[in-house]
Amino acid sequence: MRNAFADELLLLAAADPRIVLLSGDIGNRLFDRFKAQFPNRFFNCGVAEANMASMAAGMAMCGLRPVTYTITPFNTTRCLEQIRDDICYHNVPVLVVGTGAGLSYASLGCTHHSCEDISFLRSIPNMTVLCPGDTWELRSLLRCAFKANGPAYMRIGKTGEPVVHANLPPLEIGKGFTMRQGDGLCILSTGNMLPTAIEVANCLQLKQVSTEVISFHTVKPLDTQLLTNLSRKFSYWVTLEEHSLIGGLGSSIAEWMIDQHIRHVRLKRFGTPDLFPHPIGSQKYLRNQYGLEAEPIVNQLLQEISHANTSSHSR
Amino acid sequence: MNLELLKKQAAEIRYKIIEMSRLGKAPHLGSSLSCTDLIVAAYAHFLRISAAEVKSPHRDRFFLSKGHAITTLYAVLAKQGFFSSELLKTFNQNGSSLPEHPTPHCVPGVEIATGSLGHGLSIGIGQALASKIQGIPYRVMVLMSDGECNEGSVWEAALFAPVHKLDNLIAIIDFNKWQATGRSEEIMKLSPLKEKWEAFGWQTYEINGNSFEEILEVFAKIPQTPGKPTAIIAHTVKGKGISFMEDDNHWHYRIPTDEELAKAKQELGLSS
Repeated sequence: MRNAFADELLLLAAADPRIVLLSGDIGNRLFDRFKAQFPNRFFNCGVAEANMASMAAGMAMCGLRPVTYTITPFNTTRCLEQIRDDICYHNVPVLVVGTGAGLSYASLGCTHHSCEDISFLRSIPNMTVLCPGDTWELRSLLRCAFKANGPAYMRIGKTGEPVVHANLPPLEIGKGFTMRQGDGLCILSTGNMLPTAIEVANCLQLKQVSTEVISFHTVKPLDTQLLTNLSRKFSYWVTLEEHSLIGGLGSSIAEWMIDQHIRHVRLKRFGTPDLFPHPIGSQKYLRNQYGLEAEPIVNQLLQEISHANTSSHSR
Repeated sequence: MNLELLKKQAAEIRYKIIEMSRLGKAPHLGSSLSCTDLIVAAYAHFLRISAAEVKSPHRDRFFLSKGHAITTLYAVLAKQGFFSSELLKTFNQNGSSLPEHPTPHCVPGVEIATGSLGHGLSIGIGQALASKIQGIPYRVMVLMSDGECNEGSVWEAALFAPVHKLDNLIAIIDFNKWQATGRSEEIMKLSPLKEKWEAFGWQTYEINGNSFEEILEVFAKIPQTPGKPTAIIAHTVKGKGISFMEDDNHWHYRIPTDEELAKAKQELGLSS
């Protein structure tokens, strides 16, 4: 995802002289072409994220379109007050990009994990929260982000994630994207769980469970129109996210359901638990520990579906 | 330049500030009084900005990073015609456009919302860089407090600005030797403050920040070294101008009584 980000940003910056890239001493070689092409629009801000975030706010106040980029927790938690006060309070169009969504940097330890970012950032007024599911979604959302006119946060993976889309999907901020239709249950996936969501749907299909998959690439603003439509079609929703069950997509949807008195929909949430994992390992290792891989998700869903069927028969 | 006129203006601003604190029941009076002369001088003799150019991309920017001293900026902006002086009477009332800490664009002339310390200098760097990127020449002046220099982000900013040769950036530190609950030097090792900024690569000056002669002299030198940002360590007295407030940190939080307001007016040489 990092490479797609660098490529797409280069294209966009060529067409838009307002785009400025601020990097927190990361992306070795990644931005070489950007630096060469736009030497006065690239700033290595060093290991000083608070200053980077506020500077970006200052630039945006002058009509520029700054992008801040570093590893997710450093670009979010570390400088959360700067994002809140300088970017969001002033409601200026800074794009905060965190690389290493969720458990992308699993083996580097919890200092580099990012399973709370959606929760922090979606609670700040004016903020938009974008979680692309693959490189194509990233490119599409990046284009949208520069057309919008407020603060935005985008959490992206690192490298080598599976690509789900065949080409550029026509995404819109705040509008969920239907990946495939079904009529049994509906999976709402955000960010880098999208490939897993597709895999789960494929497996369920083999077991005659028709599964719809929505890429919920925007967690905020929440696509409530889509949710309303889905609530008329499905009575079983599944949320998938590589993020804490506290405050992420699943939480957002649960909050909406409570407020809308949606009683007939059963919501099953998959995400990361409320703990700092120990021991740690690769992203695959931790996803496995947390049951965030296709196989355990499928098994759990089949079990629940069969249980639900049995209990409805016995009534 | 007419120093007597500036002094008279500063006395009037000081009275407004004390009156605002009284009417709005808002603290931080000592902090507002220490930087009064600096802000009066900046608007009268340095900043290229006026009420008519408040949205011009070419305007100079002034950021009050020590947002708790906002009464001084409100009073100066009103005096400079950015908004009606009548508005000052509404300071810190419910629904007023003059809140206790400035909100974004609360009144014309207030560039940024501040209140949490350690943000203004970095926002200032962003705008000073924007000036270079966009090829629009203007200067950015950021006024900070000595207590504010406790914040790590100030030093992140101090490290960054010289690398990018931001000679259109001026940081002023209102060094009144107090922070909220004690002597600044006893809480964090600030001194030697001038040498610190110098070592970080700034063109640094040390002045009496309550002397118009010295303030105007240093303003006239900026930028002395092309390619260097400027830091002015302005030694000031907290509560400056009112005998019973000077260097008394109770006035970080105390609200003056009607009698104290009247006494202050007398001391400032303003007829009642």
